[in-house]
Amino acid sequence: MKKMIETDLLVVGGGAAGLCAAAEAAGAGAKVTVIESDLHPGGQLVKQTHKFFGSKDEYAGTRGYKIAGILLDEISSLGDKVDIRTNTTVTGYYPEEGIFTAMKGEEEYYRIKAKKTVVATGAQERLIPFPNNDLPGVYGAGAVQTLMNVYGVVPGKKVLMVGAGNIGLIVSYQLRQAGVEIAAVVEAMPKIGGYWVHAAKIRRLGIPILLRHTIVEAVGDKVIEGAVIQELDDKFQLIGEPRKIDCDVICMAVGLTPTTELFWQAGAKMQYCPQLCGHVPFRDNTMRTSNPDIWVAGDASGIEEASAAMVEGRIAGHSAAKSLGLNVKEESFKEYWTRLDHLRAGEVGEKIRGGICQVLVDGWEA
Amino acid sequence: MGCTCNSNDKEKLFCSGVLVENRPGAILPPQEAWEQKKGGYVVIECPQRIPCNPCATSCPTGAVKPFKDINDVPEIDYEKCTGCGLCVAKCPGLACFVIDLTYSADEAVIKLPYELEPKPAKGQKVKCLNRVGEEVSEGEVSAVTEPLKDQTTVVSVVIPKKLVGEIRAIKVVC
Repeated sequence: MKKMIETDLLVVGGGAAGLCAAAEAAGAGAKVTVIESDLHPGGQLVKQTHKFFGSKDEYAGTRGYKIAGILLDEISSLGDKVDIRTNTTVTGYYPEEGIFTAMKGEEEYYRIKAKKTVVATGAQERLIPFPNNDLPGVYGAGAVQTLMNVYGVVPGKKVLMVGAGNIGLIVSYQLRQAGVEIAAVVEAMPKIGGYWVHAAKIRRLGIPILLRHTIVEAVGDKVIEGAVIQELDDKFQLIGEPRKIDCDVICMAVGLTPTTELFWQAGAKMQYCPQLCGHVPFRDNTMRTSNPDIWVAGDASGIEEASAAMVEGRIAGHSAAKSLGLNVKEESFKEYWTRLDHLRAGEVGEKIRGGICQVLVDGWEA
Repeated sequence: MGCTCNSNDKEKLFCSGVLVENRPGAILPPQEAWEQKKGGYVVIECPQRIPCNPCATSCPTGAVKPFKDINDVPEIDYEKCTGCGLCVAKCPGLACFVIDLTYSADEAVIKLPYELEPKPAKGQKVKCLNRVGEEVSEGEVSAVTEPLKDQTTVVSVVIPKKLVGEIRAIKVVC
C-alpha cells in the first residue's frame, strides 16, 4: 500500500454533518477531502423524503434529499476545493504516524495524511433480540428507507413497525406513501418518542400506534409470516395475552448509536452517555476532541436531529479551518451556537442538553 | 407534552398522536367570527413544543404570530388570517388546515395537505377520515393545488359542517 494522498482537511463521512463541515472549511479556503462509504454523498439526507423541521437556517420545510442537493451545490460552487470520494471507507487511523487508511470498493487501498480531520461518521442502528429476528424480512428502518427511497423497491406488503421515535413514525408514513400497509406501530414506552405531529399524520391515515407494546417473536419458517406482540406494564414486564399480527416485514426503529471506532483508535477521551445513545468523545465548544487534530460532528457526537448535525458540521469545519491558519468569519461561530442553542432549547432538547453537559469541556490544555 | 399517560383513555390517545381536546398549539378558532369568515381560518394542530417555525415564517400576513422561541407552539391572530393556506403547504408536520364555514348552510370546506397517491381530482368524491383514520363521511373535492410546487398538494374538500371538528384526512378511492 504505497499510495498516499495529502489534504488540509479530511472529513470522514459525507452525510449532513460532514458535507456542512466540508463546505464551511472549503469556504474559508481549505483543501478538503471527503471520504464517503456509500455510492453517493448525502448520507441519511438522501433517503429523507419528508420536509425538515427547524428554521430557515436549517432548511425547514425543505425535503431532506433536496437539502443534500443544496449542500452539494454549495460545495461545487467552491470550485475544486472539495474532493468527495464515494464508495470509499476509512478503515483505520494510525496515531503514531497520524495516517488514515482508506479502501475504495474492495480492491483499492491507500493512505491519507491530513493536517486536520473532522470525523462525521454518523450512527448505526440498534436492534433488539427476539426469537427468529434473523429471518429474512426483519429490516432496520434505514435499510427500508434505502430500498424504498433510493432504489424504489418496496420491502413487502404489510409491515409491523417496532418503535415510535421519529424514525419509526416517519418511515411508517413513507411506507404508506409507497402503498405499503402498516399493521401497527408498537412502542414500549407509554408515549411516542418522536414528534407528536409525525404520529398524528399517520394516525389519521388509520395506522394504529400501540403504546406499552413490544414484539416478542417473529413468526415464519423461511421468511416472515407474522409477528407476536404483547403489552408491557410500567416495569416493562410482559402482561396480557400475546397477539399474532399478520405481516411480511418487521421494521426495527429502536434507536441509533454513534459510530465511534476512529475516536477510540485516535485515543480521544470518551464517555458513555445514555442521553447521547452511546460512547461519545469529549469535545470543546468548537467540536474539537481531546486529540487536537480531530473534530467530531453530527450523530457521531451523540444522536440528534439532522438540523443540529448540520450546524455542528459548520462549527467543526469553521474551527478546523481556523486551526489551519485560514481566515474565518469570527461572527459565524457565535451565530452557529445561537442556532444550536435554539434547536436544543425546548423540552425535546432536554435529553440532548443533559447529555452534552457531561462531555463538553471548557477547552483543551495546549 | 405534559403527558401523564396513566390517568385516562383521553391521555393515552393523545400520547399516541390523537388530539382529543383543545390544547395550546391546537385550538379551534372563535366560533362566532369563524362562522362569518369568508375564506376560513387556519386550524393548526401542533400541541408539542418542538424546534420548528415555518408556519410562522411563511405566513404572509403575520396571522401565525412570530415565535419568540423556535420551540413555541403556534398562536393565531385571527384578525390577520386570510385563509390562504400557505402554511398548509409549508408545515413539515402536515399539521395546518384551513376550514371555511361559509360554504353553505350545512357544509364547510377544509383545505388539507395531501402527499399520497393517487391524487384526487376536482369534483371527485373522497372518503373523509377522522383523527384515527375512520371513515366518517364522504366529501367532494372542490380544488387541488400545489402552492409551493414541492409535491405537497393542498386539497379542498366540501364536508358536512357538523364534522369540522373531526375530519382531518381523506382517502382517495378510484
